[in-house]
Amino acid sequence: MVTQATTEAIVYPAVGAELDIEGVSHAFDIDGATLPVLDNVNLAIAPGEFVALLGPSGCGKSTLLRLVAGLEKPRGGTLREDEIRITGPHPSRVVVFQDPTLFPWRTVWDNVALGLEAQGILKTQRHRVDAVIDLVGLTSFRNAYPHQLSGGMAQRVALARALVNDPKILVLDEPLGKLDSLTRIAMQSELTALWQRKGFSTLLVTHDVEEALVLANRVIVLSDRPARIKADIAVARPYPRHRGDPYLAELRKQILGLLGLEATW
Amino acid sequence: MSTYSVSDSTAAAPRAAVAFANPSGSYGVGLAASLAWLAFGLSCLAWPDVGDWSRTDSLGIGAIVIAACVLFGTFGADYLGGAGEGLRKRAPWLVALGALFTLWEVATAKFAWLPLPFFPPPQAILEVYTDDLPKLLDSVFASIKLQLGGYLIGAAVGFLTGVSIGWSQKVGYWVHPVLRFIGPLPATAWLPIAFFTFPSSWSASTFLIALATGFPVTVLTWSGVASVSSAYYDVARTLGAKPSFLVLKVAIPAALPHVFVGLFMGLGSSFAVLVVAEMIGVKAGLGWYLQWAQGWAAYANMYAALIVMSLLCSGAITLLFRTRDRLLVWQKGVVKW
Ligand SMILES: Nc1ncnc2c1ncn2[C@@H]1O[C@H](COP(=O)(O)OP(=O)(O)OP(=O)(O)O)[C@@H](O)[C@H]1O
Ligand SMILES: [Mg+2]
Repeated sequence: MVTQATTEAIVYPAVGAELDIEGVSHAFDIDGATLPVLDNVNLAIAPGEFVALLGPSGCGKSTLLRLVAGLEKPRGGTLREDEIRITGPHPSRVVVFQDPTLFPWRTVWDNVALGLEAQGILKTQRHRVDAVIDLVGLTSFRNAYPHQLSGGMAQRVALARALVNDPKILVLDEPLGKLDSLTRIAMQSELTALWQRKGFSTLLVTHDVEEALVLANRVIVLSDRPARIKADIAVARPYPRHRGDPYLAELRKQILGLLGLEATW
Repeated sequence: MSTYSVSDSTAAAPRAAVAFANPSGSYGVGLAASLAWLAFGLSCLAWPDVGDWSRTDSLGIGAIVIAACVLFGTFGADYLGGAGEGLRKRAPWLVALGALFTLWEVATAKFAWLPLPFFPPPQAILEVYTDDLPKLLDSVFASIKLQLGGYLIGAAVGFLTGVSIGWSQKVGYWVHPVLRFIGPLPATAWLPIAFFTFPSSWSASTFLIALATGFPVTVLTWSGVASVSSAYYDVARTLGAKPSFLVLKVAIPAALPHVFVGLFMGLGSSFAVLVVAEMIGVKAGLGWYLQWAQGWAAYANMYAALIVMSLLCSGAITLLFRTRDRLLVWQKGVVKW
């Protein structure tokens, strides 16, 4: 286990919640056999911290996020948000799923409004929907239906649908995975700015080591299934970060090594 | 010189477009349609009828008036806007109809090539519409009332049952076997029992129509709700949705395309029940009118009633399609009726 101490104290705004993942294990039953997916995962996220999860495909990253969201109960261990045990979904922890899963029968605006509508506060908060649609740059598509959007646009709507709820913890499952590299870089700096302004805690799953290093305070590297924490690496660099930063390049080399890809960097 | 040629070609372009939109071929079809209807009108007037029909002359004159309208419409299409465009589009059909009517007129009323009481001429059917109108209208209203009541009840009950089975396993446990046992039975098989047990034949028929509608609506609503992807529920739940929101705003809208398939199937099978119920039990409606006409060997009345019936059924289906298109604008590539 590789751990680096944070070299400089970062002051986080108070909006974000603290997330504690303690000794969490999980498994699925497939055809009578048990498939262990998470093995004793321990992870504490401070209020306002941005943590990135990296790991091989199928290792259990999305499963961990489902547990954080409260969509499933872990087989072992506990998850707590601000010291309160997570027993089910709550709009203070919003997830952007790997698939955008927009509701095809709702327009972009109505999709984004979903959370406020479900919580019964849409009537007084309509301006928040408008604002967040502007933020992701889809103002002219507010009345479009999902089948009229490109993959990247749909992904942006999904992001807007999460952000409009002002979450305390934002859980992101490869939210930029389907974007072209230009939009992706733009959305990354947008996300950083938003996170710095709003101060929510963030848990981001990504396949892209560089993305993790540009965005996160800490990068967690997971092992193959069943996922264990292999490394917990602090990225002690101020924002905005530069992709060419030799410090980041060094970390990238180290992480690729942990993922068994040192030859490819 | 070059600028001149440019302006020349731009001036020519619109003229070419007009010529393309209005080729002599379309005038030709319009002319043919007009001639076909003229032939129909003349065929009515040219020979004496083999039977005793009072509307032959009016029909002939009516056909000639139509022919004149078609002629006028064809050459005035550019000044008639939407109506002219519609006429141009339907001109080939008008040719076919005119020819068919002419043939029908000649084969029945004029030379009786087709055996007569069974194949009435057009003027006999026209006579039904003019002389037997009150009774026909009464029948139409009775049918609409019965059908609408039964269909709405069946659709509502079927929809609610379908959503309940799809949503709640407990409801499914009890209702599913009943549905499997009773549902596939044709609703008409209940006819004799229903007419005994219900206080009136009208309520019995309403029940049967509701039954015929309810089964497909239930099954398809149920399968629609059951097949909603769990990812939608996950999204809604993480955004703070309560169970009522999940049913009303996730399950039902997602299942709506299936529900409409059920509504279409229910409409078809309920028409069948309506006609049979009217023929056997209810002493009103188009089904009864058909039965009554058969009793008097009034074949023209039967054809007249059939035509009205098919217009009504087709109208009902069109209405349902319109409703669906309005509610399901978010779907792409749906069938147009
Ligand atoms: N509902 C389920 N039932 C059974 N097995 C499941 C279920 N969900 C996930 N799994 C299994 O758990 C393992 C981890 O899945 P998970 O979706 O968490 O992977 P992941 O790390 O997100 O992968 P990727 O990076 O490709 O998205 C996989 O082997 C998968 O087959
Ligand atoms: Mg995943």
